[in-house]
Amino acid sequence: MDDPQRRALAGDGLTAEQRRAERRIAVGLVITTLCGIGLFVVYFGGGQTQLEGVLFAVAFASLGYAVVVWAEKLLDAREVSEDRHELTSGPAGRQAFGDALGEEAGPLLRHPRRSFLVRLLGAAGGALGLALFLPALSLGPAPGRSLFETGWRRGKKVVDENGRPIAFDELPDDGYLTVFPEGEVGRSDSQALLIKVPRGSLQLPADRLAAVPGGTHVAYSKICSHAGCPVGLYRAQTRSLICPCHQSQFDVLNGCKPYFGPAARPLPQLPLSVDAEGNLVAAGDFYEPVGPSFWNRGRS
Amino acid sequence: MSMLERSVKYVDERLGAASLARKTLRKVFPDHWSFLLGEIALFCLVVLIFTGVFLTFFYTPDARLLTYEGAYAPLRGQEISAAYESTLRLSFEVRAGLIMRQTHHWAALVFVAAIVVHLCRVFFTGAFRRPRELNWVIGVVLLLLAMAEGLTGYSLPDDLLSGIGLRIVNAVVLAIPVVGTWIASLLFGGEFPAPDIIARLFVFHVMLLPAVLLGLVGLHVAILVLQKHTQFPGPGRTERNVVGKRLWPEQTFKSVGLLMFTTAVLAGLGGLAQINPVWQYGPYEPFNVTSPAQPDWYIGFLDGALRLAGPWSFQIFGYEISELFLPAIVVPGIAFGIITLWPWVERRFTKDRAEHHLLDRPRDAPLRTATGVAGLWAFFVMFLEGGNDIFGVLLDVSVESITRTLQVAFVVGPVVVGAATYFICRSLKTSQLHPAKANAGLSLRRTAAGGYETAPLDPTPLEGDGHGDGDRSRPTAAVPASEGRPPAP
Repeated sequence: MDDPQRRALAGDGLTAEQRRAERRIAVGLVITTLCGIGLFVVYFGGGQTQLEGVLFAVAFASLGYAVVVWAEKLLDAREVSEDRHELTSGPAGRQAFGDALGEEAGPLLRHPRRSFLVRLLGAAGGALGLALFLPALSLGPAPGRSLFETGWRRGKKVVDENGRPIAFDELPDDGYLTVFPEGEVGRSDSQALLIKVPRGSLQLPADRLAAVPGGTHVAYSKICSHAGCPVGLYRAQTRSLICPCHQSQFDVLNGCKPYFGPAARPLPQLPLSVDAEGNLVAAGDFYEPVGPSFWNRGRS
Repeated sequence: MSMLERSVKYVDERLGAASLARKTLRKVFPDHWSFLLGEIALFCLVVLIFTGVFLTFFYTPDARLLTYEGAYAPLRGQEISAAYESTLRLSFEVRAGLIMRQTHHWAALVFVAAIVVHLCRVFFTGAFRRPRELNWVIGVVLLLLAMAEGLTGYSLPDDLLSGIGLRIVNAVVLAIPVVGTWIASLLFGGEFPAPDIIARLFVFHVMLLPAVLLGLVGLHVAILVLQKHTQFPGPGRTERNVVGKRLWPEQTFKSVGLLMFTTAVLAGLGGLAQINPVWQYGPYEPFNVTSPAQPDWYIGFLDGALRLAGPWSFQIFGYEISELFLPAIVVPGIAFGIITLWPWVERRFTKDRAEHHLLDRPRDAPLRTATGVAGLWAFFVMFLEGGNDIFGVLLDVSVESITRTLQVAFVVGPVVVGAATYFICRSLKTSQLHPAKANAGLSLRRTAAGGYETAPLDPTPLEGDGHGDGDRSRPTAAVPASEGRPPAP
């Protein structure tokens, strides 16, 4: 840039390259200005997301272009070298710091009778420190039995998403339905899938088969035993339930045991029976706690 | 006296800041494109703060239900939470609201990406070595905070996808041995889904996490300034100097330019590329689910880890260890533990306790590079598995075979890739060749007598980066700092 020949080309002490750079910078700044005005027009015209995006992008980009050309072409951007300085204060500096720190506190702490006070100070700090955490316990209830229980009780009517009771004979073959206990539609831990399977196809222990009305109407928790997503996909050909979150697959005919994927436990079965009016009702709560695993799950 | 002179005088007489400010302006920063990655992260943070503050003026952190009567017709009449309703209003009824929301989301994605790539740059060039170990640890914490910011942020709209994400987070917390049940209950305010969580996430997202994040960013940059930036070896560059351009005006201009470009890209994406269309997912209902369901990219590897793992749950003394424990807690714990402690891990192998201000090329430390590439491979496999359902549909392959293939790739891959990287680095180190510009090995030459002979290829010194043997001793082309400019008046 200090080439005298090129400098001579321009009367004002600028090289041709610098003049070109000035023009480019000017163009960039003009575009930014125009985009700024354009944004006013768009905003007061009612706003339009895509136009706003384009105008913002072009405005910022051409401003950036102008600034970078300025830095590259108009600034005397020489590389310079700066020395690094020792970061450490050295042994003497550290000693001085230690002395300053220990000057007042040191003799107090080292005195034999003071060490008793220091221990008391520790105890006081510990007790108060722990006590300061107490308000955090108000953040939520003790877990208690909440993870072991749902809204299902013996005799509770089985209802659909609209709160309508379900008659034993209304479900078509291979039909399935998300159901809740009556009065608690939408309750997360109580959601269950009611599935109609062919009679005699279920492989369940006798006591659990007894809780499947007609041998056809079986219900399982809809909460994945892996990470708690609703197990939303039912594949009727294979009679399997698939969790869309992590692809665990459960065998509906075999107690909803997982046969592929990361889930380790079956979806708990909901015992059902039929009441005098021919509607499905629960025969109790799920056989096991529903949802993902937790530390004391086995200690109900 | 000019206005500027008067204000300088005013501030200096009260704060004595002029000499410190002068020193700062004259600070030298080395130039290399890879040193801009951290800056891109910083500028994303700037965009995040500006757009984020705007969003808080419209967002309602409340899970209480109301009947939607807004502009988006398909949802009218539905019972939705106030949080979801305010997000819809922001998107459809607040002028410039959608571009701010989408730019915020895009900025978050690029923010974490820039941090990760910056971390890789620092790792593979050995910039974390003494005296920069502490700043490395701060950087890793910043990455974790950025991920937590992202997770808490995209959970706020209370749409179906984010609700499912929170459900999984709840399950992961429950999987913590001994105290998981309690922590989950305290954090979420009871059994999932408790209504308190939305308001709590909001406090985390706009107050607690940003406060720590901004404090640590300040510390990160302050330590960088104190220790001065590392540089690649080259003519005139030694362990005892730093060669580059000054903060004012060159670096400032360039950084402002980069800030503008970053903002341009983010605003362009925010305006043109739809992201997180929460109205399509619908409101969160605990018994509904979307498919496919993927989190934002930086959480993808965790979701992939959950899909990759088998049903490995077991009992100890009648207590249960969840199958989530290994993939969601142990694996990320070990991974981030190794990353955090890497400066000390590496020191155990190299016994190198010296200060380093000159950077390595990846080949200069084959073991480190091999470890890093193996780790990236594992990360990539987990990330891919996070989309196993999507790939299953795209490739017309069963999810089962994708998962089994990636399980093998997760176990065997890092060893194979790491070993290959190690030997490539070793060979590049001895041959001094550029991996993209020349081939290693022997060249066949015709002699004057008409016969043939083999000879090793000449190591091609790279232009300007000074890795050729003779380069480090070449006299400096740079001007010492004290002579770089006319003395200040």
